[in-house]
Amino acid sequence: MSRPSLTTACAAMLRRDLTLAWRRRGDIAMPVLYALIVTMLFPFALGPEDTLLQRIAGGVVLVTVLLAMLLALDAMFASDIEDGSLEQLVLAPQPLALMLGMKILAHWLTIALPLIVISPLMAALLHLPAPVIPVLLLALLLATPLLSLLGAVLVALTVGTRRSGMLLALMLLPLCVPAVIFAAGAVAAAQQGLPWLAPISWLGAALVLAVVLAPLACAAALRIALDS
Amino acid sequence: MTAARTVAPLLEARAVSFHRQDEPVFVPLDFQLHTGELALVEGDNGSGKTTLLRMLAGLLHLGAGELLWRGEALQRDLCAGDILFLGHQLGLKADLSPRENLRVATGLHGTRDGTDIASLLAEIGLRGYEDEPVRRLSAGQKKRAALARLAMLPATLWLLDEPYANLDRAGIALVNDMLERHTGAGGAAMVTSHGMVSFHGGEPRRIRMHG
Amino acid sequence: MANWIPLWLHRLSSPPTFYRFAGTLQPWAMTLALLLGAIALYGGLVLAPADYQQGDAYRIIFIHVPSAWMSMFIYAVMGVASFIALVWRIKLAEVVAMESAPIGAAFTFITLVTGSLWGKPMWGTWWTWDARLTSELVLLFLFLGVIGLYRAFEDRRQGARAAAFLAIIGIINVPIVHFSVNWWNTLHQGSTVNVFGQSKMSWDMLWPLLTMTLATKFYYAASLFRRARTDLLALEGGKDWVRQIAQDEDAR
Repeated sequence: MSRPSLTTACAAMLRRDLTLAWRRRGDIAMPVLYALIVTMLFPFALGPEDTLLQRIAGGVVLVTVLLAMLLALDAMFASDIEDGSLEQLVLAPQPLALMLGMKILAHWLTIALPLIVISPLMAALLHLPAPVIPVLLLALLLATPLLSLLGAVLVALTVGTRRSGMLLALMLLPLCVPAVIFAAGAVAAAQQGLPWLAPISWLGAALVLAVVLAPLACAAALRIALDS
Repeated sequence: MTAARTVAPLLEARAVSFHRQDEPVFVPLDFQLHTGELALVEGDNGSGKTTLLRMLAGLLHLGAGELLWRGEALQRDLCAGDILFLGHQLGLKADLSPRENLRVATGLHGTRDGTDIASLLAEIGLRGYEDEPVRRLSAGQKKRAALARLAMLPATLWLLDEPYANLDRAGIALVNDMLERHTGAGGAAMVTSHGMVSFHGGEPRRIRMHG
Repeated sequence: MANWIPLWLHRLSSPPTFYRFAGTLQPWAMTLALLLGAIALYGGLVLAPADYQQGDAYRIIFIHVPSAWMSMFIYAVMGVASFIALVWRIKLAEVVAMESAPIGAAFTFITLVTGSLWGKPMWGTWWTWDARLTSELVLLFLFLGVIGLYRAFEDRRQGARAAAFLAIIGIINVPIVHFSVNWWNTLHQGSTVNVFGQSKMSWDMLWPLLTMTLATKFYYAASLFRRARTDLLALEGGKDWVRQIAQDEDAR
């Protein structure tokens, strides 16, 4: 009798979550639709002036993506708690942090990636200059996993509570301020023709830190939340 | 217990108790469980049976006292995967089929020697339902799928919370059969149940719980 | 881990011991807080000269600055208590951490309000996205998050542990937020308005400020003692020492 290797276990976890997401693929479209609708509301509210929309485009896309992710964050562990599979996962002879890392990866792939894919469309709706779009994509590629990782820790903390939606927003806001600042800062800098590498590097550094620490924190938070 | 035993018991509890909001959930418990043994945890509703099993599984922290695993202090990484827990929530994903659910479990735990998913599912009475989403199974069939997972994974100690719930007579016999085979093969099990259990492999040890 | 730390903490943090200790100190701390606060206000509002640039408007710093210091100090206390609570499962540490949060939030709120009151004559606007004010606002949300998470659980001790975890995450977050907000400020404003100038403060202004700082510390201690005592009675409701207290109260 030997335990499966880490790769086998990670693959099993990732495959499980992706299969589950695929069986409910209607849900994947929801955040995307939400983001598109919010983006469309801005020109209606502010008027269709090109210069104004151009100036706010980067920030609006970022905040919209963030809100769309926040909307879907709640569900990260909800069904696993409900049917007891999270307990089973905690008891499995595999490092919990790594398994949760796989869950977070699956969540990012199914929620954030579609949002990133349509972000050029959102940017185009707001007349963001085309040369800035690659910087926006890069910023999103670094900022969204950061949000998924931070969000996972907070969701794990609220697992034992009821009605965690608003609470989650309250908790996530202070944590995501740096990510928003640097991601939007990079886009704004690129738009003004300034060097944008510095904020992107800060985002990258924060992401590396979060990739290492967040799954561990998430595991610890879940153990606290289940221990009741 | 008897001094004749030289092997350390698989699991030993010394004055183990648990408090919730400073109220004791159950009084300090002492018991030993050796390999090949079955223990019945008996007690009324609210006497803390589930709490005890969740604590032994490592989901709850140890309130007070000492837990020894093969003679050493019970630690999570020492016995991870060697203890399986089956509670009221079965831990099956409703959107996956029994076969897929088992595949995930074996991907994390490994496979017990000499078992394979297809024949096990057939044996446990889920022939023809292997690829049906668990969502569409009856309560008893879901339970059977969870039991199949139990039989599939390599582990020494089973902690079963109300394993007979939702099962028909054949299902109850199946659980008893599984328990006998498991303890016969050097495993051990702790089972909570309100009802009487007919266990053919000798008189089970009894652990009484008082709230 | 060294063994004496939990041992020492355990002895000091037994709820009945702390209950008595806090009960004795609480009135003294409150008296000192009120006395020092009154002296500091008199010194700051009456004795200290008006500022040659800002006139009398600057006097709000005698509230604003000590509150700002306290908001960070209390967050630090909460973080340390949270760490102790998580590592050694000490009930008193949980109580201290969770009861510090509302006091800290109050000081943060006072800092924000006085900051914006001061901003009106100085900047001509109630709110400006100054780096320090923004960081303070984020700090307020951190406090509110901790309080909200704590209240969201049915089991108070479990809530305390979850919220303690959040407080520790927040401690890591505070310097990052401060750094990012500073960076953001330089990007968008060019130069930040310097709130208190680099000029040295004269002694006439300094001593009321320091006295007020001391007064807020004592106020925090008094308030924390009071809250912690109530909390301990609620948490330990079934214990003998609480019954004893209840009986003594009845006898009176």
